[in-house]
Amino acid sequence: MTDTALVSAPPADRARTGRLVVTVAVGLVGLALLLAPFLFQDVRAGQVAARICIFIVLVASYDLLIGYTGIVSFAHTMFFGLGAYGTAIALKNIGPSWGAIALGGSAGVAVAIVLAALIGVLSLRVKAIFFAMVTLAAASVMLVLASQLSAITNGEDGLVYSIPKLLSPATPLLTDADGKVLKVFGVSMNGRIAAYYFVFFACLGLFWLMTRIVRSPLGTVLQAIRENELRAEAIGYRVVAYRTAVFVIAATIAALAGILWAVWLRYTGPDTTLSFAIMIDILLMVVIGGMGTMAGAVIGVVLMSLAQFYLKDLMAAAAAATAPVPLLPHLLEPDRWLLWLGLLFILLVYFFPSGIAGTLMKKDAH
Amino acid sequence: MKTGMTLERLGGVNLLPIALMIVALPLIGSFSSWATLTVAGLAMGMMIFLMASGLSLVFGLMDVLNFGHSAFISFGAFIAATVLAALAAWMRADSVTLNFLALFAAIGAAALFGLVAGWFFERVIVRPVYRDHLRQILITIGALIIAEQLLLAIWGGSPLPVARPAILEGSIILGDVAIEVYRIFAFFLGLTVFVALYLTLNRTRIGLLIRAGVENREMVESLGFRIDRLFIAVFMAGSALAAMGGAMWAGYQGLISASLGGELLVLVFIVVIIGGLGSIEGSLLGALMVGLMGNYVAFIFPKLALASNMLLMLAILLWRPWGLRPAITH
Repeated sequence: MTDTALVSAPPADRARTGRLVVTVAVGLVGLALLLAPFLFQDVRAGQVAARICIFIVLVASYDLLIGYTGIVSFAHTMFFGLGAYGTAIALKNIGPSWGAIALGGSAGVAVAIVLAALIGVLSLRVKAIFFAMVTLAAASVMLVLASQLSAITNGEDGLVYSIPKLLSPATPLLTDADGKVLKVFGVSMNGRIAAYYFVFFACLGLFWLMTRIVRSPLGTVLQAIRENELRAEAIGYRVVAYRTAVFVIAATIAALAGILWAVWLRYTGPDTTLSFAIMIDILLMVVIGGMGTMAGAVIGVVLMSLAQFYLKDLMAAAAAATAPVPLLPHLLEPDRWLLWLGLLFILLVYFFPSGIAGTLMKKDAH
Repeated sequence: MKTGMTLERLGGVNLLPIALMIVALPLIGSFSSWATLTVAGLAMGMMIFLMASGLSLVFGLMDVLNFGHSAFISFGAFIAATVLAALAAWMRADSVTLNFLALFAAIGAAALFGLVAGWFFERVIVRPVYRDHLRQILITIGALIIAEQLLLAIWGGSPLPVARPAILEGSIILGDVAIEVYRIFAFFLGLTVFVALYLTLNRTRIGLLIRAGVENREMVESLGFRIDRLFIAVFMAGSALAAMGGAMWAGYQGLISASLGGELLVLVFIVVIIGGLGSIEGSLLGALMVGLMGNYVAFIFPKLALASNMLLMLAILLWRPWGLRPAITH
């Protein structure tokens, strides 16, 4: 270890440059998100910015499991959905108040914690692969429940509700002398801004919390478990307890992200919270960005979100250009973008298993 | 203690499906509905067994969990549907031979696809990531995404109707119990496959090697057997069985969509977990339990059908964390 570090100084240099690049990239993303309402003023870009904030938290919390501890779970959208549905049901039935968000949100988080602890204690003690299967089964049951218990969840259609007055677009935050909504740099100071910054700062707080967790003694133990479970157990760490703990922590953070998602969208349905498409998105984001690095979550989410919006345009153009060829236009249709992403995903797992951030920072493959 | 031993002698956990049938009878109330549901459950269980057995063996032999397994199921279903549509004239013909020829052509096409795709899958997708569970799961999921997208690109997003051969249409009426012919056929096909698998595993040299490999791979390798060749054969056979299961499922459902593989994968996982990894007896047991449970609960509490299987799995995991009949006892 020391030898290689001494002999091969250039790679160390490269790693330092890589770390700098990653840090700068994350810093730029943070800055862009902070100023998003002013930088990108159309509605769709605003949506993308908020989605990126929330998914950074969601993906980073998933990275706690898959990257830092080596646990593969498919139930992350289940916890995300629990937070979102808890909030949505409370807002729908109690009315648009902060109390409803607090009540519904904490109910959602509480259910997530109980479920995570149950699943963890039950199945983390057997093989890791069992765990993947059990969580997949649990998540699919939750999806079915959400679409079938339509009295509470309104089934496939999902719930539409209003949010507290402060956050809704019609509320003026600042008014000018005429009593109209004040514009700062051309941006109306209405409730939409408040909602965005509510989401942004909550996500920032959660993300900061996670960077603290991975650097804490707990984070070190988790990485030890990932590297060598038997040795960690032999040193005296109770592997099952630690795994269950991190599973509960990740579930809690996912549920909190779900609350923010529900508040921002003012709509909660199976497709926006619980579907497997979202679970696949999370997986792709973690792997593309880099497992086992918090910066990877940021990079993965930003790249995937941009690709989701712009790759489709590119593919539409390509499909039109290749129209006379059989089958090829079908493969290039914008709806088939996941096909190419799946291919990219496999190649990444083969050749760059540590993802973009991990490869730049020269972390080990494992 | 004494009753426990008697139960063990009578078959132990193998009695669970029968116990489930007996418990369900008073809950359902009417004998004719119970009989119909039981036959449906057994037929469904047999089809799921086809899909699950390969996955279970592949996992037991090489510690490979293939999330892409559902791709074989859905491709099998769609290929069978296409073949059946192409042979529509034979299907409607008044000849038993032509009917069965069409049916076996469809199932055979699906199985052939499974063999070839299984070979490709093992070589290209799974082989580079042996013994690395995390990357294995990720890569097979990537393959699953691609397979699903290809399915959509080839057959389009709208549901595909599946024709059944004339001979398997309709029902047999016994007293006041109506039993669909297709279900009987599915049950016996599954049973035949099970018997064939059982005999291969327990009466042939290859089977002996496979069982030995499941129990202790290193030992078999050190005795000079090429377990990787054995494994690719098992992988191909498992994929072909999954595609066959998908083909049968297509006929059972009558209308198939691209999401079918994903939905069945959850059931298949539940079966494999309940049954215990690596054993086909376990897979059969698990599949029958899941099939029966699904049908009974869908009748008694329609909204809880899938959740019931989940609860069944939880209960069994609590009772026996390694499944009912694992290949290796820990």
